[in-house]
Amino acid sequence: MFEIGPFLLDTVLFVVFPYVSLVVFLIVSIRRYRSESFTYSSLSSQFLENKHHFWGLVPFHYGIIVVLVGHVVAFLLPREILWWNSHPARLYILEGSAFVAALLCMVGLVSIIIRRITDPKIRIVTSVADWVIFGNFIVQILSGLYVALFHSWGSSWFASLAAPYLWSLVTLTPDITYVTAMPWMVKLHIVSAYTMIAFAPFTRLVHILVVPNPYLWRKPQVVRWYGIRRKSKRSTAESGAFVDASN
Amino acid sequence: MNVRSQISMVFHLDKCIGCHTCSIACKNIWTDRKGTEYMWWNNVETKPGTGFPTKWEDQEKYRGGWELRDGKLVLKSTSKAKTVTNIFHNPSMPSMDDYYEPWTYKYDELFNAPEGSDQPTARPVSMVTGEYINVESGPNWDDDLGGSRIYAESDPNLKGLSEEQRQQLSAVERLVLFYFPRICNHCLNPSCVASCPSGALYKRGEDGIVLIDQKRCRGWRACVAACPYKKTFYNWSTGKSEKCVLCYPRLETGEAPACFHSCVGRIRYLGVLLYDADRLEEVAKLPDEQLIDGHRSLILDPHDPEVIAAARKNDIHDSVIESAQNSPVYKFVKEWKIALPPHIEFRTLPMLFYVPPMSPVMANRNDDTVSSVSDEFFHDIEQARVPLQFLANLFGAGHQGKLLYALKKQKAVRVYRRSRTVGDIPMKTAEAILREADCTVEEAEGIYKLTSLCTFEERFVIPPMHREEAIEMMKDPQEHKTAVGFGFLDPPKRGL
Repeated sequence: MFEIGPFLLDTVLFVVFPYVSLVVFLIVSIRRYRSESFTYSSLSSQFLENKHHFWGLVPFHYGIIVVLVGHVVAFLLPREILWWNSHPARLYILEGSAFVAALLCMVGLVSIIIRRITDPKIRIVTSVADWVIFGNFIVQILSGLYVALFHSWGSSWFASLAAPYLWSLVTLTPDITYVTAMPWMVKLHIVSAYTMIAFAPFTRLVHILVVPNPYLWRKPQVVRWYGIRRKSKRSTAESGAFVDASN
Repeated sequence: MNVRSQISMVFHLDKCIGCHTCSIACKNIWTDRKGTEYMWWNNVETKPGTGFPTKWEDQEKYRGGWELRDGKLVLKSTSKAKTVTNIFHNPSMPSMDDYYEPWTYKYDELFNAPEGSDQPTARPVSMVTGEYINVESGPNWDDDLGGSRIYAESDPNLKGLSEEQRQQLSAVERLVLFYFPRICNHCLNPSCVASCPSGALYKRGEDGIVLIDQKRCRGWRACVAACPYKKTFYNWSTGKSEKCVLCYPRLETGEAPACFHSCVGRIRYLGVLLYDADRLEEVAKLPDEQLIDGHRSLILDPHDPEVIAAARKNDIHDSVIESAQNSPVYKFVKEWKIALPPHIEFRTLPMLFYVPPMSPVMANRNDDTVSSVSDEFFHDIEQARVPLQFLANLFGAGHQGKLLYALKKQKAVRVYRRSRTVGDIPMKTAEAILREADCTVEEAEGIYKLTSLCTFEERFVIPPMHREEAIEMMKDPQEHKTAVGFGFLDPPKRGL
């Protein structure tokens, strides 16, 4: 515990940092949603430039969703992943598609960055925080691609090493023996992820937390009334109207 | 019957002089902020012309409004499934190029330029980037047809017009145009509201004004694509969408909206309509040629005791019912049937109606002489300079019947008044023309009075909004009064 050197550093990076970043993430996200609801979105620039936008945003988002879901599944169901990977063919399919998704994500990101630099209108709506996010993403995706290429087979060792480490954090019994021996590129990937989690709630990344949830189930029209009225008065029979008395 | 009240509007196009005073009044109050410079919640277009944003009426391009698919009413631009798959890039979204890049001038260069042999100039600079730009389009670029035929010839409403009729519109020295002022229609079946993934858009229950909740808007831009009139706008600086609010803070204190109040030609009328909210979907699904009649049938007679009883049952205040009984909009739309909704084929059931314009008198030029085409005092409506089909494409879903009726009645009123005031047309002839136009003498007097002699109070019949009663439902108004009136205004700041 009191040893100096790499072990202390590991403790800071893989025990203290994840908890700090998670706490920051939760507190700031919730506080911002409650008190600054107006700021809770991304700042879309599609209106200012409509063509290049498609080639950056779409591959990036679909790529990152696949990669992110992959990490979460491997964290939640490590045994099932190991079972799946027990056949080489299935392992190649899994690793191959994950790698393609990550490449898609990288291509999209590069395209987004080029658009941000070259289009004068888009430059105007780009903040310093946006550049920090881009830098963080570059580190994150490149380190991930490197690990996938040179420390194979990630999907299997994630299930047997990273998943138990993450679970040890969740159960508040942090055990860093799983990660201390890992190659430094993997460590970089993990630390970069924690950085992103800590930084996200201050930036446009909060848009990850808003999904069109009620839309998918609500009726087409929305009507709001002042004050409180008896439900019958608001009429449930009206043409497909969804009634919301929140204001 | 589920009675609701809606603040509705009539624009009398024959009176519009195209001065843009309404646009400027609106701009100065609402859209001079950063990110909104390009927005014109109120704008005035020249017709025939391409409008703002360019060719907004062409839904093959913009995909706004509703369409009937297998008997179902669906949005053209999106659906629940498409909202999820297209959430990162909205394929139906217009871009700034479809509107224009807003600009200002470097006025200080006029004063600070060093002494020299040339005249200092104020060069245009973009209000987005701050850099010098070459101005290539603007919000009323084709105003008065903009000195070129291409604008008029690109009007989507020319569909179905013969070559001869097109020639008639744009023949040199016989060119004809009229003005078409536009604001949000505060529709009964708004496609912007239906498309919003965050549920930020809503219709106010008490007065039907359609608003965007800025705190709930997540900048998904679906409303911009879904509105067929292109009257929701994306603020590129705050990342939220904004639209005409019908100056509700003014309405709530009994004042007319700024664009109405400032209208020089006094073309604008505002009043309450009572309508049956239970039949909206049924009407919005009618075939094109029945839409106008269907839309009118939604509007209820505020003098009918049954309607009054149903309105009271729905908590509509007696003062609002009384306001509906005096509504100038009710007279134009329902009693006289001379005001028509714009592009009802978009099926949003707009609540802004237009009295279609009469064309200038027709004359033929034979060498050096000009002679009237018609023997009648006013020319034949069907021979009008603006082809009836053009107006029908704008205000009749492509069908001429309702347009013909409205224009004939207007013409009959003119003949009748000419007979009354000048006397060179026998009253018998005038009365016959009135009868033919389905108009009584009383009605003609009413139309004449509300068109020509209308006072401020007759044009704007604003119902009391009764906020105090709404507050009463929540807490003691006296207590509320002492708890408000002092606060802080924050700029629309985003995160890092």
